[in-house]
Amino acid sequence: MEKSTKMGSNLTGIDMSPIDSKAMIEGAEQYTNIDQKHEDGYSYEQIRRQYIQDSDAVGSVPLPGSIKGAFKSMMDKLKGNNPEMLINKLGERLAFERTGVRFYESFILKCEAKLKEQGIRVPMDELREIRDEELEHFQMLKKAIESMGADPTAMTPDADVSGVAAMGVQQVLNDPRTTISQCLQMLVIIESTDNAAWEVLIKLTEDLGLDDMTAQFQQALRQEESHLHRVKAWYEEAVRTQAKKSMSMSH
Amino acid sequence: MSVRLFDNKGTPLDQQKFTWKELVQKPLSKLDDDAFTRVRVILMNGVEQQANRFQHMCAQMNGELRSPLAQIRRVEHHQQTMINWLLSGDHSPIETTIGYEQVAIEVTAAIAQQEPDPYLAQVYRFGLLEDFDHMYRYSALLDRVEGKDANNILQCYTDVAPGRPTIVEHRHPTDDLRDHYDRETAKPISKMNALTIMSGEYQTRDYYMNIGPTFADPVARQLYAEIASIEEQHVTQYGSIIDPNETWLEKWMLYEANEVYNYYSCLEAETNPRIKAIWERFLDYELGHLNVVTELFKKYERRDPAEILPEILPDPIPFESQREFVRTTLEKELEMSAAGTEFVDRMKETEATQAYRKHINSEGSPSEAVSADYKWQPGTEIAGRAEKGGQPGKATEKSRQPA
Repeated sequence: MEKSTKMGSNLTGIDMSPIDSKAMIEGAEQYTNIDQKHEDGYSYEQIRRQYIQDSDAVGSVPLPGSIKGAFKSMMDKLKGNNPEMLINKLGERLAFERTGVRFYESFILKCEAKLKEQGIRVPMDELREIRDEELEHFQMLKKAIESMGADPTAMTPDADVSGVAAMGVQQVLNDPRTTISQCLQMLVIIESTDNAAWEVLIKLTEDLGLDDMTAQFQQALRQEESHLHRVKAWYEEAVRTQAKKSMSMSH
Repeated sequence: MSVRLFDNKGTPLDQQKFTWKELVQKPLSKLDDDAFTRVRVILMNGVEQQANRFQHMCAQMNGELRSPLAQIRRVEHHQQTMINWLLSGDHSPIETTIGYEQVAIEVTAAIAQQEPDPYLAQVYRFGLLEDFDHMYRYSALLDRVEGKDANNILQCYTDVAPGRPTIVEHRHPTDDLRDHYDRETAKPISKMNALTIMSGEYQTRDYYMNIGPTFADPVARQLYAEIASIEEQHVTQYGSIIDPNETWLEKWMLYEANEVYNYYSCLEAETNPRIKAIWERFLDYELGHLNVVTELFKKYERRDPAEILPEILPDPIPFESQREFVRTTLEKELEMSAAGTEFVDRMKETEATQAYRKHINSEGSPSEAVSADYKWQPGTEIAGRAEKGGQPGKATEKSRQPA
């Protein structure tokens, strides 16, 4: 069984120290007088609200840098629609797929080091296949962005924000202590988000009448659906197999 | 075990070496290690950081000492690395903050009780009640931003309740200065206590200054700005109790002796065998540093180190819950403030402090806003509200409206 699923000397709960926990609860009761107010200006919500109202954006969508023939024909296709949201979203998907390659590389390494020890089945060839498909999606998006005359190396606002969201996933995947099933759960998060994001992107290109892009993206979505289906199945199996093992061990 | 400072030469400096793998060892477990192991890790990171800081300043002022300072400082730097990297990556910055405040409370309370000079003991008790309040404010932040219970970190050793409210801790800089001990008459333990607490507070200031801007939440950003400012006041306070007439070498020798004392204290208390081995190794390293510095002291000052240092180290700093002492101090000294170097009732504060505080709080108080109606309870306030059938997230809506 995975080490993190075994019982041990976890000290974080209130029940670990009955005498001290009683003192802790009494102390909070005795010394916290919530009626005692000190004059001040604003509540938590008001401070947040004020800052939200006064805030600038995370940043802007980079303007296409080169006016090429391809770009011009793309702009013609957009027929007066604003290209900003499409560039923003293409940049987000590109960044996400690129990060996804790194996440799968990290997980493959962990599996190579731990899979046998933890007795969990994850087909390594399929993992490598998924990683390669993430890379293909990245390359496809790079070409799509270039076809609009935009810069695929720029970080768009939604790329930035999705990167912030992925920070916790990265911490879990790269921690040497985390288990295969803990990491699989992270991949479920990533693939679920990825699926939803591809669906939106496809609707966006459909709205803009970009048929070639739409067709390419639909192919990518089919692959992403398969990724999600597989990582969910591996995750469920990893969790349930261990639960059965521990149940049989406890009898 | 007792440590004799002059008989034990420790590990020779040229044998104090590291590899990257040694520097980056397995971290402690946030879940399974005792909270006091983390307390010791954070404290010793601060002690090493201050040793490094002092030695850089010393090198700026003393050309002849630059070579030995550079050699010892490199080792101190790597000692700090090995220690600080024991903190595991699953600590969120606020969780680590809870650990920092636990250090400030438990170590300051222990030092206040062992301090023989009554004025200095009062200085420590004064700072203690302010750090105690920071724990309360940060616990509210952890609960309300991350939905987590500070007691997962504290393990029931340290109360979470208001102390001297952070909103009234803001004082004019000249009211944060204290009288210093007298290098001729103060006991060695008093000098070492001052270095320990100043080191702890200085690293806390720097930690908050580094992580404050990493938060996106504006209230968290404000709260770290506010409490970092108090930590700056505390560094001013604790820095000013040290005699400015000590020579550079005298100070350096005291720093090294204090590092020996702190590692000895950690070694005596440690429950994690792997980390205990680190304390033992570094105790020997520090004895090696002290040996070098005592020789420099004899060479340049032509004085006996025994004029400054004790032959045998005092009893180790106890690493255990100081709950009763903290509560007693809370009941007796909550309304205390400072006017110049004197401790006074808050009613007798200087006009300078009153004006400073009025202005800095004039656009709201983050420490008050974050903790409005907050009372610590096991499993977070959400758990309490769920039991009562209430809606999570409503309590802070009741908080005060702008004046």
